[in-house]
Amino acid sequence: MTTELAAPRRAPLDRTRLLTYLQEYGVYAGVAVLLLANVLFTPHFLSAENFRTQAVQVAPVLIVALGMALAIGSEGVDLSVGSVMALSTSLLSLYLGYGPWVAVIVALIGGAAVGLANGSLISFIGVQPIVATLALMVAGRGLALVLLPQLKDVRDPGVASLGSGDLLGVPYPALIAAALALAVAFTVRRTTFGRQLLAIGDSRPAAKLAGLPVRRVLITVYICSGVLAAVAGVLATARLQASDPTSLGTLMELSAITAVVVGGTPLSGGRIRIGGTVAGAVLIQLLTATLIKHDLPPSWTQIAQAVVIVLAVYAARERGKR
Amino acid sequence: MLSVTGLTKTFPGARALDGVDLSVGPGEVHALIGENGAGKSTLIKLLTGVYRPDAGEIVLQGRPVRFATPLEAQHAGISTIYQEVNLVPLMSVARNLFLGREPRGRLGLIDFGRMHREADEALRALGLRVDVRRPLRSLGVGAQQMVALARAMAADARLVVMDEPTSSLEPREVRTLFGVIRALRERGIAVIYVSHRLDELYEVCDTVTVLRDGKRVHTGLLAGLNRLSLVSLMLGRELGEARAATTGARASGGEPVLEARDLTVRHSLHGVSVSVRPGEVVGLGGLLGSGRSETARAIAGALPPDSGQVLVAGLPVRTGSTPAAIRAGISLLPEDRKAEGIVPGLSVRENIALAALPGLARFGLVDDARVDRVVDTFVKRLRIKTAGPHQKVGELSGGNQQKVLLARWLAMRPKVMLLDEPTRGIDVGAKAEVRRLIDELADEGLGVVLISSDMEELIEGSDRVVVLKDGAVVAELTGTEVTEERLLRAIASEGTRAPEPTGAPEPLEVAERAGAARSPDADRRDRP
Repeated sequence: MTTELAAPRRAPLDRTRLLTYLQEYGVYAGVAVLLLANVLFTPHFLSAENFRTQAVQVAPVLIVALGMALAIGSEGVDLSVGSVMALSTSLLSLYLGYGPWVAVIVALIGGAAVGLANGSLISFIGVQPIVATLALMVAGRGLALVLLPQLKDVRDPGVASLGSGDLLGVPYPALIAAALALAVAFTVRRTTFGRQLLAIGDSRPAAKLAGLPVRRVLITVYICSGVLAAVAGVLATARLQASDPTSLGTLMELSAITAVVVGGTPLSGGRIRIGGTVAGAVLIQLLTATLIKHDLPPSWTQIAQAVVIVLAVYAARERGKR
Repeated sequence: MLSVTGLTKTFPGARALDGVDLSVGPGEVHALIGENGAGKSTLIKLLTGVYRPDAGEIVLQGRPVRFATPLEAQHAGISTIYQEVNLVPLMSVARNLFLGREPRGRLGLIDFGRMHREADEALRALGLRVDVRRPLRSLGVGAQQMVALARAMAADARLVVMDEPTSSLEPREVRTLFGVIRALRERGIAVIYVSHRLDELYEVCDTVTVLRDGKRVHTGLLAGLNRLSLVSLMLGRELGEARAATTGARASGGEPVLEARDLTVRHSLHGVSVSVRPGEVVGLGGLLGSGRSETARAIAGALPPDSGQVLVAGLPVRTGSTPAAIRAGISLLPEDRKAEGIVPGLSVRENIALAALPGLARFGLVDDARVDRVVDTFVKRLRIKTAGPHQKVGELSGGNQQKVLLARWLAMRPKVMLLDEPTRGIDVGAKAEVRRLIDELADEGLGVVLISSDMEELIEGSDRVVVLKDGAVVAELTGTEVTEERLLRAIASEGTRAPEPTGAPEPLEVAERAGAARSPDADRRDRP
């Protein structure tokens, strides 16, 4: 209401401020607490082998979550990411005959095509993102199964090394995920596209009247999300050394949304936190790993995830209310 | 009836209200005025239970009260009519009227027959005749406000708080509202009336309290206070910076920089032509819904016209495309600043740079140093009051938000600026500043189209006024013809009806309109 409101705040640490901090930094604190707890209570947690396993496992979710963060930042969502992963694994094994690189590129083009379809439905026809991407989620999985009806082994040394090779001890999937996270963070912060994306996510009518290329930006967002999901699909295939379009990427959209939301990106758009998204993905991975290492049933993992989501949403809600 | 003493509310970093006293007796209409940020909204929110006070007490009908929620305040007899209507658009008028206290029949089910009958009676008492079974959103904003008012009265209110109730009403609807306020007064109900429009205050209010910087600076009878002292009390200074009369002062020669020819949009515009020369301020006059905003939006590419042409400096511009219009040098300051102008969650800096971004970037990478320079220039030049370029625009006052928007467009070096209600809802001081800015821009050779419901502003600010009625141009006033009287006569004149039957403009008995989930502002513009 007043301009003074944004003046330096020196009020005591009350509940509202605590919740603000919880939303801003809670996800990092969560990761730190889990790491500490594991170091203290989990045997062999500090081994290099364990860290490599965790990194390889988190990479696909993380990469998908990056694209999801863009979609959510534009006040949308991309439900088709899991199906894009399945489509990319089908394409990868179909085109493996032309060599691993051709196959990977075809898989990525497949992801881009799904993204283009999503973006066109949303920006030209005006379908709501949740509906448009739901349609592509069903269609994508169907197409993947048409191309490759059942599980197929992927025997290619090139693809295999992508999944299990490393550079100076850091596995390739983790390196790729880190590089992509940096690239997306840079795009959001420093490019015209990133700034326009945030403006569109925050207030679509204002962005339109300011002459922003709303359609182009939205289509680009969904293409990015599609390509990132395809990358995740390729990496997952490389690690499993098999293409399984029936189950690869199922429920991936939910994991990715969880990572984004837990990381503090509001579902209402206009703000994207890449650091938080990375931490969100890591948090959920660590949570799962911790419970598994202590021999708790998988259902516990789901309950723990649910608790984390509720906490994140609670913090976000309080913040919006002032 | 209501007595408030020493009310104080502090937000992190700012004391919004500082020991304010206020007392309102039964049947008294009490004006509450002050500049934006003076603490009016905070006071209202404390009275209606939205906020809780840090200190001070509220005494209602002799008993001290503390409201934990707005509902408690309502039950205690305090009802509020907000600037924007706070009702459920998809529910029927009657259901909105009785929301939360529906008449029950046996089995505890809603007695619809009785509800519809009583709703109809309540609205007729306010002079509103509508089918109470229709969804609320099919009514015009004015009629919706009447429903809100009827709701407040039906809830057996002892005190009705009205926060800028007339800001989206037609003159005729304002008359009805004032009739209702007088009826409230006769029934011994107290009214707190907040408005920026001084005319209204003098017409309907008995007493006045002036707030400034969170403190009460004056309370007294309104009749004994002339306008000038009222305004200087609000501002805390004399209005020495009054505008020099500019009417007809600027040269009106030269080729037009903007020419709109025969713009036609179904149901709203019928062959509207407007031309603007460099350095000229052309006012668009007319009532709400006469097609002023639609003309501006059609020129700016935000409303695709069915036919017609827009030329900038003699070259045709593709219509129906905002980017094309902007590239040609047309900038539109939209009427609904909050929904269509600012991007509230982004910083002042991002908002100013928003439209100019591609020009401030190399290969898609934003050049932050250049952005900083542009932002810095305009923050200084337009005297935007902000804690820093990284403050969120949503936190600024209305006047400063408007300046941020002006800066956004000036950074594009436009040839023509279309200003739709540039001073609506901003305080008196900022109003004067924005008007002076408009003059300065015109003096620098910019073509300006000015839309304003404030007749004085339109007359003083414009070199020429094009008068619209029912989506068609009915008169053009130039030079010495630009007077309030001539404008009124042009608006009131008969004839020059729209070629296609558009339905008579009946503000209160409203025709069904297309377009479901739209803002009240969008709806208002769409009224035939």
